[in-house]
Amino acid sequence: MARKVTSRRLIVSTAAAWLFGFLIFLPILWMVLTSFKTELEAFAMPPTFLFFHWTTENYATVQSRSDYVHHALNSIMVAGGSTLIALLIAVPAAWSMAFAPTKRTKDVLLWMLSTKMMPPVGVLVPIYLIYRDFGLLDTRAGLILILCLGNLPIVIWMLFTYFKEIPKDILEAARMDGATIGRELVYVLAPMAVPGLASTLLLNFILAWNEAFWTLNLSTLDAAPLTVFIASYSSPEGLFWAKLSAASTLAIAPIIILGWFTQRQLVRGLTFGAVK
Amino acid sequence: MGQITLQGVRKSFGPVNIIKDANLDIENGAFVVFVGPSGCGKTTLLRLIAGLEDVTGGQILIDGHNVVDVPPAKRGLSMVFQSYALYPHMSVRGNIAFGLKMAGLPRAEIDRKVEAAAATLNLTPYLDRKPRDLSGGQRQRVAIGRAIVREPKAFLFDEPLSNLDAALRVQMRLEVTKLQKQLGTTAVYVTHDQVEAMTMADKIVVLNAGRIEQYGSPLELYERPANLFVAGFIGSPKMNFVSGEAAGEPGVATLGVRPEHLKIGKEGEGWPGTVSVAEHLGSDTFLYVDAGKLGTLTVRAIGEFSLKAGDRVWLSPDPARLHRFDKDGGVIRT
Repeated sequence: MARKVTSRRLIVSTAAAWLFGFLIFLPILWMVLTSFKTELEAFAMPPTFLFFHWTTENYATVQSRSDYVHHALNSIMVAGGSTLIALLIAVPAAWSMAFAPTKRTKDVLLWMLSTKMMPPVGVLVPIYLIYRDFGLLDTRAGLILILCLGNLPIVIWMLFTYFKEIPKDILEAARMDGATIGRELVYVLAPMAVPGLASTLLLNFILAWNEAFWTLNLSTLDAAPLTVFIASYSSPEGLFWAKLSAASTLAIAPIIILGWFTQRQLVRGLTFGAVK
Repeated sequence: MGQITLQGVRKSFGPVNIIKDANLDIENGAFVVFVGPSGCGKTTLLRLIAGLEDVTGGQILIDGHNVVDVPPAKRGLSMVFQSYALYPHMSVRGNIAFGLKMAGLPRAEIDRKVEAAAATLNLTPYLDRKPRDLSGGQRQRVAIGRAIVREPKAFLFDEPLSNLDAALRVQMRLEVTKLQKQLGTTAVYVTHDQVEAMTMADKIVVLNAGRIEQYGSPLELYERPANLFVAGFIGSPKMNFVSGEAAGEPGVATLGVRPEHLKIGKEGEGWPGTVSVAEHLGSDTFLYVDAGKLGTLTVRAIGEFSLKAGDRVWLSPDPARLHRFDKDGGVIRT
């Protein structure tokens, strides 16, 4: 029997959901609002909410002081490059683990995940030294490499879970129909895994876009993505909340827009298999 | 041509022997059913023939050529899966055409063959639909269409009807049998349903614990089961087994008599017993009779008998249709 939803219950739960959503969104909203305040109002106590002197001066300052486009391009290339390479490695890896598992497959999966349990700072010095010796410091290739390796376990895990949901029979049917492994991947597996592939791609892109530890430590200017651009506004000469907020708003804007347009894919992909 | 021969085929998964030395000769054009309880290895044997599993030992010959090292698609067989295994993102046309596309046939020929197959299976109106928009029976037809369009040497069916409801199953059973006779293509069909096996097969392979217990026509299996297992597995309701000693045949370990070969006789004639349950189906009456030291006997009487629980009955087995088994379960031929 379907549960009866009374209109009062509906109103209460809708209000609760909106409140919860608002609470989650509040920091971002606050950041955007702060970016339109003057530095003085930005740390005024008590804080002003909407009724302050609106200004775009911070954006102008940020633009003149640093090269947003340069950092944004770096972000796109680093996040995009690391995602594509991770996907190219992860698809065959996840395929073989899902459809041709061996006795050690589970151990390999667990071992890969365990690499994410170690705090990255633990390997900062060796990685830094390796990067220095190979001339990878402050290069896009270097950042792509480290972000790709860092996210690979998650990408493989996600794809593995999606592939696991695909009935083996269908792939066997394709094999009986004469498809080679390559054609099986292209004609049968990939189209069926599109929601999973898309959400993995998006999530990995977002993770790479927002990654701050390695990008801050391994790049300074040439390859520096938007995370470095933001960090440059929390400088030792004093905190400039309004300018920092303006820089942050600029840095997250592209990814929020991307997320907004792909939210259906994201949600569908993340709940793939949970609801059949 | 589609003659399939198994010679000493073995399959193990690690230390577990799933198939133990299977020898079998499937003639061209025959409809052969593998039947047995779950876990007996019937699906594994089919997958070995298909090439979806590798044999541990032995040879599989298709038209005289050993195919154990030949990949599935090159064996010239097609398979219908229990779950249909349709490609969900392709239309019915795409599903049926996939094998031909992989074989690199010209577009016009593919279209012609797909349409012919669709017409045979009454799928023409659905060619542009996706599998999710079809009913279970239609999906199964698409799976069969995908198999026939490639004009294989043999069809392999892996419990293809077990996901359908009872009425549809009977209908599809007839359709599959008719189609196979019409095409004259060898078919190997796996099922756990002995009614399907009895009605569809030219020959039945009864499997138990990885061993072929008997290979023969349905009536051979019914009338001359080679051992206790086949005797108990083929026939519904199950054959009654009584100990030879209790039945007055000391040289026989087990005496088997089918429920339909037990007659309800006159008072004082045959084995006495008390009816514990009586099932009245109209066409038949099933009686479960408590016959003392002989145990519980099932009786199938044609027509309606107005017997009820607690009634005293005398049962006499048809002496020409008794099955005698030795202590190892093998049949004693007289």
